[in-house]
Amino acid sequence: MNPAIRLGSVSKAFGAVRALDDVSFEVETGRLFGLIGPDGAGKTTLIRIVASLLTADAGTVQVLGNDPAVAYRSIRKRIGYMPGRFSLYPDLSVEENLRFFATVFGTPFATAVERVRDIYAHLEPFRTRRAGALSGGMKQKLALCCALIHEPDLLLLDEPTTGVDAVSRREFWDMLAGYRDRGLTILVSTPYMDEAARCDRIAFIRDGRILAVDSPQTMPLRFPHPLFRVRSADRAALAAALATYPHRHSAYAFGDSTHVADARPGAGPESLLEWLEAAGIPARVEPIAPGLEDVFMELDALWQPV
Amino acid sequence: MNAIETHHLTKRFGGFTAVDDLTFSVRAGEIFGFLGANGAGKTTAMKMLTGLAAPTSGDATVAGRSIRDHAVSVKKRIGYMSQRFSLYEDLSVRENLRFFGGVYGLDDATLADRIARFETTYHMSGRMHTRVKELPLGIKQNVAFGTALLHQPDIVFLDEPTGGVDPITRRRFWGMLVEEAARGTTLFVTTHYMDEAEYCDRIGMMVDGKLVALDTPARLKQTMGVATMDDVFVKLARGGAA
Repeated sequence: MNPAIRLGSVSKAFGAVRALDDVSFEVETGRLFGLIGPDGAGKTTLIRIVASLLTADAGTVQVLGNDPAVAYRSIRKRIGYMPGRFSLYPDLSVEENLRFFATVFGTPFATAVERVRDIYAHLEPFRTRRAGALSGGMKQKLALCCALIHEPDLLLLDEPTTGVDAVSRREFWDMLAGYRDRGLTILVSTPYMDEAARCDRIAFIRDGRILAVDSPQTMPLRFPHPLFRVRSADRAALAAALATYPHRHSAYAFGDSTHVADARPGAGPESLLEWLEAAGIPARVEPIAPGLEDVFMELDALWQPV
Repeated sequence: MNAIETHHLTKRFGGFTAVDDLTFSVRAGEIFGFLGANGAGKTTAMKMLTGLAAPTSGDATVAGRSIRDHAVSVKKRIGYMSQRFSLYEDLSVRENLRFFGGVYGLDDATLADRIARFETTYHMSGRMHTRVKELPLGIKQNVAFGTALLHQPDIVFLDEPTGGVDPITRRRFWGMLVEEAARGTTLFVTTHYMDEAEYCDRIGMMVDGKLVALDTPARLKQTMGVATMDDVFVKLARGGAA
């Protein structure tokens, strides 16, 4: 089967800012693909190009088999797009918004509700509430409903969970996984590393460049150093001791622990333990497998201008 | 000494109680993480503590002053920063500092001194005349934080200061917060990143307008028998008690 999205060396500049720089990847049909990167990485520009709302300066773009710059009319009927900013009508009620979008896509309201029944179930108790008065998580669920009522083949979501709390984020991703299981292709962008783990495939993006494309399971294998989790009650002393550790490649805080990468291939925890002991810091050191955030920071640091 | 004390602080909108009988305190020099699901009442509580909304009942003392009786004087003793808005994008770094210095009534000599100090603290020499919108996000954040500290407030309120920020910059920013707290400034922080909750001295968790938990991250995890703050959050937000 042809990929749902195929990008070849896509570049886009806004004045002097290179928003996208030689971006290439494919999104296979029926997959949940995550575009993972911070604000300003180029995620929105990329999604807008795929959605036919912007055109690339250079490179090739294929969406559902066609070039969105040419076949935008037919493509727009087959994609659902949820922009980063809440873009529904805040003065209309939940139900009125849904009716409006159903009408725009020529879908009877009952059919529309039937198509998004699982999500709409969360919203129905609030169906008379103005969309503007919904909580962040509910707004996103309503926006998702409105993006799905015409049964698109491809769903594009630009940072759907930014500013949304941890519980609502999990629910939202459960819903996405459900639609993916029913065959929908999804391209979703997010700054949250923990969400990357829920994708079938991810691209790390930073300053308009793709750092890596991989599955969340194999992406961590790209981390090139032995990695240790260090825990100590005295975090300030630990940080000071790690700052001067001679074999340190990197040391980053991870919640209540610190991840220390050793610059020497194959190194064990012994020399780190000895160093901390000599500094008089009681600490627990254990070898760990790198996670997605470890890899992102490693790849990111490689790209950063010194 | 406590930087913030609330006594039965309550805010109602018609029949809806957004903040329900909140009583807690934040110690001076503490990094206090204020957590809660969307709609739990965090923003309303913050608005009251920063003097932007009046309580329906109850009171709070912020920097030693009642928010009910001395809202204006409270505002002079606090700083505020959020990811979404706290700087003027079309003004340069220097112009922003001069603007906010003026708002807080700093005289020219004091302001010049503080701006010079800002320039060294945040390594901004050569960037003072850059327009804020042209700064990388990480630098912009430092500038927002430095600007919130310009009038040397006792307490800084940080509303999701790291939303959308890359993981390295997020960690550097938190390093800066820890240093500032060590100098005695109280930091009142909201975040949706649960690893950041771990960096706080204490956590207050709001559910449906009520404070349902208040403790150190380590004790919250221990009491609830879970491994991470993410699990603590999910368990509390779904209706478990600490």
